[in-house]
Amino acid sequence: MRPERRGPPIRFERREAAPPLLAALAPLVAVVAALGLAAIPLALAGAPILDAYALILKGSLGSAFAIGETLSRATPLVLTGLAVAIAFRARLWNIGAEGQLYLGALAAVAVGSGFFPLDTWPPWTACAVVLLASAFAGGLFMLGPAWLRLRFGVDEVVTTLLLNFVALLFVGMMLEGPMQDPMSLGWPQSAPLLEAAELPRLFARSRVHWGLPLALALALALWFVLRGSVFGFEVRATGEAPAAARFAGIRTGRVLLGVAFLSGGLAGLAGAVEVAGLKGYLTLDLSPGYGYAGIVVATLARLNPLGVVLAAVFVAAVFVGADSMGRALDVSSYTANLIVALSLLCMLLAGLLVRLRPVR
Amino acid sequence: MIEPSGGDAREGGASPLLRLEGVTKRFGALLANDAVDLDLAQGEILGLLGENGAGKTTLMNILFGHYAADSGRILVADRRGRLRPLPGGSPGRALAAGVGMVHQHFALAANLSVIESVTLGTEPLFRPWQGRRDARRRLRTLVDETGLDVPLDAAIGALSVGERQRVEILKALYRGARVLVLDEPTAVLTPQQAERLADTLRGLASRGLGVVFISHKLDEVLALCDRVVVLRHGQKVREAAADRVTKAELAEAMVDRPVQAPTRLRGQPGAVVVEMSAVRVGAAPGREPLDDVRLSVLEGEIFGVAGIAGNGQRSLAAVLSGTLVPDSGQIRLRGVAWPKGGPLNLTRAGVGRVPEDRHAEGVVGAMTVWENAAIETVRLRASQRLGLLRRRHLIDDAERLVRLHDVRCRGVDVPASELSGGNMQKLILARVLDREPRFLLAAQPTRGLDIGAVAEIHRRLLEARARGAGILLLTEDLDELLQLADRIAVIHRGRLSRPLAREAATLRRLGLMMTGQVADAA
Repeated sequence: MRPERRGPPIRFERREAAPPLLAALAPLVAVVAALGLAAIPLALAGAPILDAYALILKGSLGSAFAIGETLSRATPLVLTGLAVAIAFRARLWNIGAEGQLYLGALAAVAVGSGFFPLDTWPPWTACAVVLLASAFAGGLFMLGPAWLRLRFGVDEVVTTLLLNFVALLFVGMMLEGPMQDPMSLGWPQSAPLLEAAELPRLFARSRVHWGLPLALALALALWFVLRGSVFGFEVRATGEAPAAARFAGIRTGRVLLGVAFLSGGLAGLAGAVEVAGLKGYLTLDLSPGYGYAGIVVATLARLNPLGVVLAAVFVAAVFVGADSMGRALDVSSYTANLIVALSLLCMLLAGLLVRLRPVR
Repeated sequence: MIEPSGGDAREGGASPLLRLEGVTKRFGALLANDAVDLDLAQGEILGLLGENGAGKTTLMNILFGHYAADSGRILVADRRGRLRPLPGGSPGRALAAGVGMVHQHFALAANLSVIESVTLGTEPLFRPWQGRRDARRRLRTLVDETGLDVPLDAAIGALSVGERQRVEILKALYRGARVLVLDEPTAVLTPQQAERLADTLRGLASRGLGVVFISHKLDEVLALCDRVVVLRHGQKVREAAADRVTKAELAEAMVDRPVQAPTRLRGQPGAVVVEMSAVRVGAAPGREPLDDVRLSVLEGEIFGVAGIAGNGQRSLAAVLSGTLVPDSGQIRLRGVAWPKGGPLNLTRAGVGRVPEDRHAEGVVGAMTVWENAAIETVRLRASQRLGLLRRRHLIDDAERLVRLHDVRCRGVDVPASELSGGNMQKLILARVLDREPRFLLAAQPTRGLDIGAVAEIHRRLLEARARGAGILLLTEDLDELLQLADRIAVIHRGRLSRPLAREAATLRRLGLMMTGQVADAA
């Protein structure tokens, strides 16, 4: 017999069912662990750690203004988070929310900045037209990769990821070409939305706008659709066990196309909301990676539409808070990216640990 | 490799090879193994019997290091015959200690050759060429010694199931196994192949190997094994020498309740329900071809199809399930063209389908019992209102089905993955039979189920037959076919024989037809 070797100190084996309490606590634990781990680079950067955390908290939630900033930052994140969550639920790996967001925004300014005389239309219809156009653009853009996967088995992770760059370059081309604002003095920038197409602010002296209640309503609606509708039933079955769904008579191809359109549409909507609620016009720095952050948000939310709201607020708070902390302590604002990335990693690890159990 | 026993081996080969002491394993509330003791002597073939869920597989997984036991210990004889404790939870150490396992589903890569498969993971890191020559020599000797005849350079993908099994056994022996565990090894074999396996195992045992033979086929175990151990609810409930115990006693020990085989009344076949003519499916990767298949299933009969796995049953089932469209040929359902557009339209037309793989195709494990009960009909008008699920209605319906078909679960709200195999199958059958289908496709409906569940499934199928449904039964279990079917056809290399009347079908004849040695029933 071979000489005894020492095994690893902890071993794991699969649980037969994930305990619900543990599963519910996992995101919280992951977030706490991520904040804890972020102390290491913060300390290396020479920041007093406790002060740094206090500043993050104060900067994100410490005042009405800070809360408003966090919520307005959370608005597009809810939408991209929902976009990713619904797609991932059906095991459709949409990594292209960023590109869909930009195309949505482009569609919004295309219809909303003078193409139609929106100013003369009844109130709210202008907003509705702009939002629908953006959702449509994003949704159509996601149909391509979904169709390629169904027809030829092309991996949508690759296509959606690469189409992000295609979308961004296309938007750049439009903004420096036919859609450039003549008044922009040569900056790649679209003409501003007509006032009627803008989403009104919710409160005075805060940048929170009607996009937030819209996003919340959509989260609620999506939760309900997944839980209580025939379509939601089919989405869940298709995602959990495609072969069983197909055998049972669910047309999984159609379901996936529907999910693709919905997912792309939600991401496109994020672009329109950002333009119509905050910026007023489209530039190439509209999104600091909201589409990619949507993946983190959806994962932290364990793909639950209501959880997406909480996760989006958390991620937004980290961004806003770390920004303000960075300014106060003269630390790079990349800290925010670091914390968000750490949360994602911790969440993935926590997800694994929920399914495994340590042995002796 | 099998070595003669060490110096202190006593005559009669009775020196202990393996001992489990008080092995206990708990999964949450479930006690999978409850203080199980087990002994295996050199040259002994031990039959491990038990219903599904009795803890056989868990016990063997603990032995092989896939799980760690909560308490108890495992002792394996070293090469000198001294029992030494085997630290749990490490397949590597189990292998090193001489425990080999042949799983029910073979773990072989189709594109590797036999010799590569056997030596995989054992080649020396340096000088692989030399290792390869040695390996070939060793393997050749092993084949000659044991009679496990396989072409060493053939690709695994080109081998028959019986040959693959021999490769798995070779693999274990090559790694120096002195204890060989086989999990349901005959489930995929013809009667003739099973005989051959039994001969091989007897030969290996006579050379000193200890064999643990897991099965639920009592006849087989009694014929092959020296000693039999019965597990029930994780406990060892019976241990006896094979020649001192009867089949009935073992069956009783396994289920702790009398099992009544369903009675089969004389059938009254009626009109043709399903007729296939010249149905052809071309070969494609991962798809078994069908060649000019014709059959007709009558109302009120069970039409059985026998065959070794991989001869076209999958494609036949897929065609009749609506998941595969044949390249050519005609299918008629009660005189009209077979419904197009996939499974949903089959459901609408009164076709019921029980899939071969209940875990992959039968249920969505992550969804609840009631959702799985409704999954085939969720698109139909009765299940929804304005696109929303009629939740209450569907839950009530599922509760009715679960009660009616005796599906044991903690409630219809639990995930279907919690159900045991037998209850999962009862649930699938319940949702299918509840619509009183005119035609029922049942693919391997009792594979891997315990005696009680099998009897229940058989009873339901016979009930549907009595009601006038035409049933196509695809199974690899010949006893089941002979027990249930009115007519039996054999599928071999994609061709379906003409059906035999059940009176004309014998195990031997079917076995020969399954291997293509008798062309047809004519």
